[in-house]
Amino acid sequence: MKEIVVISGKGGTGKTSITAAFAMLAGTRAVIADCDVDAADMHLLLQPDFAHSEDFYSGFKAEINQELCTKCGKCKQVCRFDAVHEIDNLYSIINLDCEGCGYCAEICPVKAIQMVEQNVGKWYISKIKNNAQMVHARLGIGADNSGKLVAKVKKEAKNIAQEASKDFILVDGSPGIGCPVVSSLSGADYVIIVTEPTLPGFHDMQRVFELIQNFHLSAGCIINKYDVNEAISEKIKSFCKKNSIDIISYFPYDETFTQAMTQGKTIVEFDDGNLKKILVDSWKKIKLLTD
Amino acid sequence: MKISIASGKGGTGKTTLATNLAYLLSQKSSVILADLDVEEPNSGFFIKGKEIQEKKVFKMIPEWDKEKCILCGNCQRVCKFNAVIKLWEEVLVFNQLCHSCYACSELCPQNALPMKSYEVGKITEFEQNNLHFVEGKLNVGEEQAVPLIKETIDFTNHNYSSDILRIFDAPPGTSCPVIEATKDADYIILITEPTPFGLHDMKLAVEVMRELKKDFGVVINRYGIGNDDAIKYCEDEKIPLLGKIPNMKKAAEAYAKGELLSEVLPEIRNAFESIIENLRTWDVLL
Repeated sequence: MKEIVVISGKGGTGKTSITAAFAMLAGTRAVIADCDVDAADMHLLLQPDFAHSEDFYSGFKAEINQELCTKCGKCKQVCRFDAVHEIDNLYSIINLDCEGCGYCAEICPVKAIQMVEQNVGKWYISKIKNNAQMVHARLGIGADNSGKLVAKVKKEAKNIAQEASKDFILVDGSPGIGCPVVSSLSGADYVIIVTEPTLPGFHDMQRVFELIQNFHLSAGCIINKYDVNEAISEKIKSFCKKNSIDIISYFPYDETFTQAMTQGKTIVEFDDGNLKKILVDSWKKIKLLTD
Repeated sequence: MKISIASGKGGTGKTTLATNLAYLLSQKSSVILADLDVEEPNSGFFIKGKEIQEKKVFKMIPEWDKEKCILCGNCQRVCKFNAVIKLWEEVLVFNQLCHSCYACSELCPQNALPMKSYEVGKITEFEQNNLHFVEGKLNVGEEQAVPLIKETIDFTNHNYSSDILRIFDAPPGTSCPVIEATKDADYIILITEPTPFGLHDMKLAVEVMRELKKDFGVVINRYGIGNDDAIKYCEDEKIPLLGKIPNMKKAAEAYAKGELLSEVLPEIRNAFESIIENLRTWDVLL
């Protein structure tokens, strides 16, 4: 079983559209994991049935029991996040600022502060429209711990894939280089970077590649909208060659991507021409590269 | 006035809007543009200018003092982030996981975990006439964007008078980095594209802004692709529609080269000018 993670550095390069198309091509041999938990979109194309759902608890917030509180102010003194507010000698926690470190609860001489575990989202196991299974999630509004929810989604996907002896876990990652991305890379077998030939796209790809190198993972690259700037596309190609990144494919600037999305379809269900061909060839190549 | 530009979905035009608004507004008076998308900061491709200073940013982490430690394990017990682990004969600190709460350090009975500084990124300040540009950039491998976002905002507060207009280029998503980049702002502009992905993630962003009790409006980028669902949503929800930026392949090409769209595409410049007019109508700008 191979775990393939699709990331991009920069947002909006076409990660999700391309991953969803691969999901349709892989069929029931793959388990799909949407790890872009704070802006998950893959369900809009793959139509999961949300058959199984569970709450996700992670991280803590402090709560002050006013009846026990002796107003000594020690909690406010030790909090490095300015999360303890005192108004008219009444101490309270500003939830948004509380980091959940528990220092205040530790130091409170009368044990008036309790650390309460937070419900930060939900995760689901679904059947999607081609009968494959998908694990996905929704992070609560403004919640921390997206990295931990990503880890949970991946773990569940792995369990399903192992039990049913699937060939692939296909992971749609999030933009950036922070905790959810780090979490989505851990345990991967192969990483696909979907980039675009813009100065920001190339810059962000190089940063995310630096991160991939920390994990000693092999990587491939898909250049979307390669014709928006062919000179930068060439630079991306040279960068890939120099760093032994497999060049998987190039997609032209094509608004068919948006048209398919508007109808809730993946490209391979919508387009019978060039784009579909590139996707079919790309998926074949990925299967060979990860074999 | 602090205006933060956010989106939910990535790649919808946050940086384009932030840089163009900052540039156009700076033709008349001073503006500070802060790139708070510290994981992947991109405003610097569009705003040039002279470098004024570069400042390394540190966070505080505990450092184990083997000589003083009695291996009591209190540090591991108090750390809620699994950043301090006691093994048989040693204490390990995982720098990336540490949230700098000081609990392990200050509650150590032996003072065997003094705090020391650890570099997580840098802040660079540039100047282009009336436009002051401040960029936060996270070191690759660091997982926590929030402390650097906070430092970058603090930097603008310390270095500039509070009456200068600030425009923040926020990170994508709806989780803690976005909260940090928007919670101090007076007004939020959400930028989206008129597609199912764009609309879905904009709805999440709207929920965040309502939770934070922020005033906000919406700009639609790449207007012309997709459908009118996003516009209809704004009407139904009574969210001010601040403007529409037309979809043009030429804009994608100019963006690719790092060109400021207002300087090269008059049609798009008009769209930004009309967004500025609308911000005045809504009393966001004077």
